[in-house]
Amino acid sequence: MNNIRVIARLDIKGPNLVKGVHLEGLRVLGKPEDFAAYYYENGADELFYQDVVASLYERNSLKDIISQTAKRSFIPLTVGGGIRTIQDISDALRAGADKVCINTAATKNPEFIREASKKFGSSTIVVSIEAIKHSDGVYYNFIDNGREETGLEVLSWAKQIEELGAGEIIITAVDQEGTGNGFNLALTNLIAINVGIPVVAHGGAGQLQHCSDIITKGKADAIAVASMIHYDFIANRHSDMEDRKEGNTAYLQTGRTTFSKIQPKSISDIKIHLLENNISCRKIS
Amino acid sequence: MKKKITIIDYQLGNLFSVKQACIYLGYDALITSDPIDIINADYLILPGVGAFADSMNNMRKLDLIEPIKDFVSSGKPFMGICLGLQLLLTESEEFGSTKGLDLITGEVIKFSKKDIMGNVLKVPQISWNQIYEPKDDLWANSPLDSCKRGDYMYFVHSFYAQPSENNLVFSTTNYGGYEYCSSIKKDNIFACQFHPEKSGKYGVKIYENWINTYK
Repeated sequence: MNNIRVIARLDIKGPNLVKGVHLEGLRVLGKPEDFAAYYYENGADELFYQDVVASLYERNSLKDIISQTAKRSFIPLTVGGGIRTIQDISDALRAGADKVCINTAATKNPEFIREASKKFGSSTIVVSIEAIKHSDGVYYNFIDNGREETGLEVLSWAKQIEELGAGEIIITAVDQEGTGNGFNLALTNLIAINVGIPVVAHGGAGQLQHCSDIITKGKADAIAVASMIHYDFIANRHSDMEDRKEGNTAYLQTGRTTFSKIQPKSISDIKIHLLENNISCRKIS
Repeated sequence: MKKKITIIDYQLGNLFSVKQACIYLGYDALITSDPIDIINADYLILPGVGAFADSMNNMRKLDLIEPIKDFVSSGKPFMGICLGLQLLLTESEEFGSTKGLDLITGEVIKFSKKDIMGNVLKVPQISWNQIYEPKDDLWANSPLDSCKRGDYMYFVHSFYAQPSENNLVFSTTNYGGYEYCSSIKKDNIFACQFHPEKSGKYGVKIYENWINTYK
């Protein structure tokens, strides 16, 4: 079996790390650079920054976060959110990203995937699919964090993404995200076994068992985890909240950092669990 | 005086992270497309992510091919990374066949889409994977001096190099059951398919070893 990557996913709004909980809105967790530095030391195989508002007026803070991170963390860094043009890709790479993740721009103009892959190399271009199950039982891709429907059925879209030259697909189960109920095994499996490029599963990890199930049953090539590792960091590392005045920080001050369904676990806990279940991944020495 | 590290910019790939690794180690790194800078470099790095043919075209347009070859024949230390390794070979099968720098005799070939058992093999390989020493003590006093057999490095590629001379293979890696060449060493040339600047602290150490090997 090939080596599975454990990716630390950090959702960013302005200068803050946030975590969206399905239907509940965003919570501010702290400074993304601090979390990223800890995940790097703790054995993350990759960092993934998603700008959740993707608004142009706050792009400079994202660039600062990227370059600060790239100075300290010598692992791959993927950046998504608001990537609309070839120039946006160049800017992200120049700031220190290794890969970019596209959804809206790719959905609106699939040829953008081909153009970007040709210019920057397939392995630089990741396409995100945000999937929601329709009443007909079929999964469709959504954009704008699950708010806008595209009418694209996920499997045919995934095959098209591969054909257009993207190097990787990240599939988010929107209904599961932030719930801790586990990854969507059927959805991930559907994509992973039908495309020839790596597939990253995202959305729903709450327990160690979820992380191994999505690989053995979902056939994911990599997993992206957020809440589990963020809550572990907050619980055990005490993110500095002094300068976090913006946004919904109230719940952090109450000390309620976990939800019953989400076990706070570090990247290294996850890797130990994977290895115990005979899943190959980079060992941390 | 501290020696200068020069990174070749042929308008493809993430040069920033290679430069950051050098800065982290306390070295000054110059990113340049100027043939004069390349000839005058103390240490020269050819990085790269992207398409083989586009890279050769860009280097040709920027008049970098001869300066790179001149630098290598001067005997000064040269390092290729990822596509920067592949470009050293005679030719690549990407888009039919494209000529490379031909500093290492051999070819660049694409991963099979089936693993050795006949199952689907994901290409590109985007993965941390292990490097192995082809024979005992080969890595002593080399850029891989600090590495242990089976150390994990970060790989992102669809193609791999196959040098004609087997003794140039400096490490091997296994993907889908196929063992392939993951680094090359020939005289003053060291090149790796993985990204040391993205392979954590053990990866960054490879740059330090490389610089120290030629001090």
